[in-house]
Amino acid sequence: MTDTPVLSVRNLVVEIPTRHGVLRPVDNVSYDIQAGEILGVVGESGAGKSMTGNAVVGLLDSPARITSGEVLLSGQPIQNLRGEALRRLRGKKMGMIFQDPLTSLNPLLTIGDQLTETIQEHLKVGQTEAQERAIAALEEVGIPAARSRIDSYPHEFSGGMRQRVVIALALCAEPDLVIADEPTTALDVSVQAQIVALLKRLCRDRGVAVMLVTHDMGVIAEAADRVAVMYAGRLAELGPVREVITAAHHPYTAGLMASTPLASQGKERLRQIPGAMPRLGNLPDGCAFHPRCDYAQDSCRANPGPTLDTCDGRAACWFPLNIKEKSEVGA
Amino acid sequence: MLAYIIRRIFQSVLVLLMVGLVAFSMFRFVGDPVDNMLGQERTQADIERLRDQLGLDQPFVVQYWRFLEQAAQGNFGLSYRQGRPVAEILVERLPATLELAFVSGILALVGGISLGIFTAIRRRGLSANVIMTGSLIGVSLPTFLIGILLIYLFAVELGWLPSFGRGEVTRIGSWTTGFLTESGLKSLILPAITLGLYQMTLIMRLVRTEMLEVLRMDYIRFARARGIREKSINFRHALKNTLVPVITITGLQLGSIIAFAIITETVFQWPGVGLLFINAIQFVDIPVMAAYLMMISVMFVGINLIVDMLYFAIDPRLRVDRTAGGH
Repeated sequence: MTDTPVLSVRNLVVEIPTRHGVLRPVDNVSYDIQAGEILGVVGESGAGKSMTGNAVVGLLDSPARITSGEVLLSGQPIQNLRGEALRRLRGKKMGMIFQDPLTSLNPLLTIGDQLTETIQEHLKVGQTEAQERAIAALEEVGIPAARSRIDSYPHEFSGGMRQRVVIALALCAEPDLVIADEPTTALDVSVQAQIVALLKRLCRDRGVAVMLVTHDMGVIAEAADRVAVMYAGRLAELGPVREVITAAHHPYTAGLMASTPLASQGKERLRQIPGAMPRLGNLPDGCAFHPRCDYAQDSCRANPGPTLDTCDGRAACWFPLNIKEKSEVGA
Repeated sequence: MLAYIIRRIFQSVLVLLMVGLVAFSMFRFVGDPVDNMLGQERTQADIERLRDQLGLDQPFVVQYWRFLEQAAQGNFGLSYRQGRPVAEILVERLPATLELAFVSGILALVGGISLGIFTAIRRRGLSANVIMTGSLIGVSLPTFLIGILLIYLFAVELGWLPSFGRGEVTRIGSWTTGFLTESGLKSLILPAITLGLYQMTLIMRLVRTEMLEVLRMDYIRFARARGIREKSINFRHALKNTLVPVITITGLQLGSIIAFAIITETVFQWPGVGLLFINAIQFVDIPVMAAYLMMISVMFVGINLIVDMLYFAIDPRLRVDRTAGGH
């Protein structure tokens, strides 16, 4: 694809000033998302994956802020937009889906009210037209009998149905980019699969670019086209999802894959990555992953942390794994 | 919903019966009204006659039953002090108190809610912080002191407003109103501020806390992420959610505005039921005290009932939970 990517994040840095120094929850992160593509962003809690999504839509909670880098939406820089200019983009150009559908909807307004308000905010349509579009949006995300349920309140829907409503809300003003922040985490497993399938379908049908933030490798494998693995605020690995899953280059990704339970795997003890992700204020010298890495060598501790640019562009690691197997996967 | 209302009304009646018992007990245990009503030069025959006339020679239970029977019809007997029906005196005095409570209630609600929203939205602004600090004064100064300070400033020093009474009143049927004359309106200002200030600061602080809480919720964040205007987020999405818990406290506060107008009415010599009650206590005028007690409890119970109904109007979750319980 040679088109301008819908979202292009360039060397993004988010910093939080604290009394004990400046923290960097997002450190020099770059990636693109094309129209109709799903980029999975995966990592442990605190790896900076949600923070990246929030930074893109300008919803960082103070005092966190973007200190350098660029966020390009269809080629236009938006990282410095504030107030009214930013508000116009939200919903209209980029939608966001949050983790918990139970708390994402205003309990005292009907879903119809919340939909038509969003539609009328961004599209120049009358009340009747907005109502029709709201019903169409609900039908598109698979709410049965949408016409009769439009005046229902959020609590009258189940968790999965509410997440569908949330998706309808995020998409009702037809944005080009959707950032889904852990959209399946709070749902039952059976419902998770439905929501993932729905996201995939909407992405294909509408050509929306989707950034799918999750810690669930299963969801990534199911839905994403490409995957970005984050560790301690940095990109550890970025590549097509099949390749990353079958032949991870970064030891951290390999560790993540090994610690994903599979029903087919039988009852052996689940592998785990020893230790915990370092706290942001207390990052080790060199590669941030080296204290937990089975393959770490002296140079990992001594040299400054590797980035995708300083390495092969796929994994931020001095000693990437699976280099030989890579050709076998392609065959 | 209907079953719920009926149950609440039943509870209310029970509460009123208990208050009635307390009110009635005063007749038995507080002082001897006959001494007060008849002067120094009384004969034993006078005393007996009055006792008989007031029904004070009957047994306790009979007296209680008669009291309830009469009270239910709005008849609280004769005032020991004025020798006139208590109901008549109350009706005469009630407009003054209700008008005062109405004005200070509106002041407390409108001022409290709008200042609460303002200080929540601009919580880091200078003006919001000044208001918050100022509100501490409203919460911590006793009512009578605020009243006296206001009188000193606006009546004594500046001479802008009257310091006592209702001013000129207009009679409409049995209702006397101070709303129609200039002196009546002027007289209302100081007592209304005195009475409403505490409630206003309380409501303001409550609204602020609730609003800050609500503004942190996910659905507010989601509304922001959808590009909804700040105005709509604050006043449509957040305010409605803020009001649910605020209503309970506010309802009770408005009740206490009427009940505790006593102090304000005393400071401003406001001819309402509160002042009547204070005077009744001084003269051990038990029928008046009992009637006042009953009136206030009816008001509180009524307001509580209305507050409970308001929940249903505001929060759709309650409406459905009731019907869902029936499945």
